[in-house]
Amino acid sequence: MQVTDDRINAIDIRNAVKRYGDFTALKTISLSIRDNEFFTLLGPSGCGKTTLLRMIAGFEDVTEGEIFLFGDEIEKLPPNRRPINTVFQNYALFPMMTILDNVAFGLEMKGESKAAARKRAGEMLELVQLSQFSSRKPSQLSGGQQQRVALARALAPSPKVLLLDEPLSALDLKLRQAMRFELKELQRETGITFIFVTHDQEEALTMSDRIAVMSAGELQQLGDARDIYERPSNMFVADFIGETNLLEVEVDAVEAGRAQVHLGGGHQLSVDAVEGVGKGAKVHMSVRPERLYLSEGAEGPESLAGTVRANMFVGTDIQTLLDLDGGVQISVRSSNSERGNKRVFEPGQIAHINMEQGAARLLAD
Amino acid sequence: MAGGAASGGSARTDTYREARHWLLLPSWVVLIFLILIPVLMMLVYSFLTKEFRGGVIWEFSLDAYDQFFFNRGLFGDEPPSIEWTYITIFWRSIWQAGAATILSLVIGFPTAYFIATRPEKVRPMWVFLITIPYWVNLLIRTVSMKFVLRDQGPLNDFLLWTGLIDSPLHIVNTNFAVQLGLFYSYLPFMVLPIYASVERYNFALSEAASDLYAGKWVTLRRILLPAVKPGVIAGCILVFVPSLGSFLAPDLLGGAKNFMIGSLIEEQFKGNAGNWPFGAAASMILLSMVLIILIVFARQQARAEKGGA
Ligand SMILES: Nc1ncnc2c1ncn2[C@@H]1O[C@H](COP(=O)(O)OP(=O)(O)OP(=O)(O)O)[C@@H](O)[C@H]1O
Ligand SMILES: [Mg+2]
Repeated sequence: MQVTDDRINAIDIRNAVKRYGDFTALKTISLSIRDNEFFTLLGPSGCGKTTLLRMIAGFEDVTEGEIFLFGDEIEKLPPNRRPINTVFQNYALFPMMTILDNVAFGLEMKGESKAAARKRAGEMLELVQLSQFSSRKPSQLSGGQQQRVALARALAPSPKVLLLDEPLSALDLKLRQAMRFELKELQRETGITFIFVTHDQEEALTMSDRIAVMSAGELQQLGDARDIYERPSNMFVADFIGETNLLEVEVDAVEAGRAQVHLGGGHQLSVDAVEGVGKGAKVHMSVRPERLYLSEGAEGPESLAGTVRANMFVGTDIQTLLDLDGGVQISVRSSNSERGNKRVFEPGQIAHINMEQGAARLLAD
Repeated sequence: MAGGAASGGSARTDTYREARHWLLLPSWVVLIFLILIPVLMMLVYSFLTKEFRGGVIWEFSLDAYDQFFFNRGLFGDEPPSIEWTYITIFWRSIWQAGAATILSLVIGFPTAYFIATRPEKVRPMWVFLITIPYWVNLLIRTVSMKFVLRDQGPLNDFLLWTGLIDSPLHIVNTNFAVQLGLFYSYLPFMVLPIYASVERYNFALSEAASDLYAGKWVTLRRILLPAVKPGVIAGCILVFVPSLGSFLAPDLLGGAKNFMIGSLIEEQFKGNAGNWPFGAAASMILLSMVLIILIVFARQQARAEKGGA
């Protein structure tokens, strides 16, 4: 047994259901978040990320199921009795208090003396480099500064778990990228478990130890960034994360962990088999565009011939769209560098598409 | 106009400024004819000599103010001592209006909070329900209240029936009856401004407070109340000021012992027994008091804002 399995989880969600009237916002979610982890809930708008976060914080009742915090059942406790703090999406800083009082508030409420609370609040402000603003009001700060105050305020009482609901969404691109780094650093330094909500996959992939992909109130896949990107477990995840070619295939045979499949145009391929996909199944196969490359002649029996339809320049890459037999379209990305020494095919030309080892993945649904 | 153009104002903003003057005209007419002139008339009348059958003689006199503050005996020839009658009435009025305001606040705040936290679609209905009784004339409402509160009225009948009391409560002709009457007259003026500010309140702030270990009361006192304070102050002023000068509720529910300023002033202008300059002087004193209270409020507010910044 692994060591990690023995440790008590920071958060254990067991069969949690959330209903608003007849609308089910969360359908039986079970999820464990480890201690000291940067955990991300990722999913499209309306999939229930905020709802789940608010249930952990205590702002929403749990319709069914349980939530444990380091082994203690907490789903019935009010928010002020859970040692969990939140960084709100729009920060929710107290407008009539100074920055220092905002940060000291939680400590005071926990029973620390005013002087002690202020001293610690001052230290927290130093940590987020805002000491010189401590006597200002929130409205006198920029969005990025307010964001850091919200962070300092939530971290000051040393919560066991920190919840962050799209904390970076109101910032501009450059600041957002800088804050990603800062957040990650802060998590490492404090050792506090972070549960981070976002609908931005790049944010999720770059920051997280593990990611839970959600859709329509259901957990779709749980894993680290590589798992989710390279081994999506279903159509939704493959399509939602990054860019991919989803090709319809029919399975001809499964043998020794490999599946023989053919595309609509009859072209045959051999890919890794996955559980739940047997002979005769009509399923989708996902291939990332950057794991395909073009060549003039066939480089093997599995090379596919296609007609170039268009080239698109996307900065770091060049993306080529090709038409295959049977009305199938494929997109191929090649890096835009001299060293790549790759040939650019003009529209109308015939090119061969080759797949890197293990690039194609069958999807169960 | 030429100067304005020379200093860089475009033709368009000049037209706009000119139009603005004309658009403000109705407000100026109202202010001048309905407020400024009547107040000035009152001021002038308070310094005139009284005519015995009501009305005034156009002769300067300080008698009205003198009568309000000093007692010079029955024939006016004794050395002046302070006249407590009217000061007592004023003091009682302030006290009664203050009590009515507090009562309105205690009932009105939770009511306003309740309405503001209902789903958005049903809020207008709740506001409408609150205002329904106020479609009925104030006089009729106050008289009805007397019927409800009197010794043999439905309230006492009900309390006797439940066994909570075994002899009727005497409510009519007490200070409390007046406070109830004032409270009921002006409650919506408390509820509506508070409702408006609670509705604008960002409830995420309350969530943030409870996330940071604050209980319900601390959240109310330290987060919600400071945020909705302007609405609370507006509500208090809107209830306190008309209560102070009100005469229907004190007359009908309070009886002779519980006379308030409004009744005192009203009497001075009624029939032949009145004293117009005295009524005008009492009004001017009331007006000054209200202004002083408003200025104190405004200053405190400004100081609170500046002190916080
Ligand atoms: N109070 C509520 N009453 C009814 N339905 C609600 C309520 N709150 C949320 N929902 C519904 O629950 C679903 C999940 O909402 P939630 O806010 O959790 O989404 P989200 O994943 O955070 O989306 P976003 O990325 O847009 O913030 C949505 O369909 C939403 O309409
Ligand atoms: Mg959300």
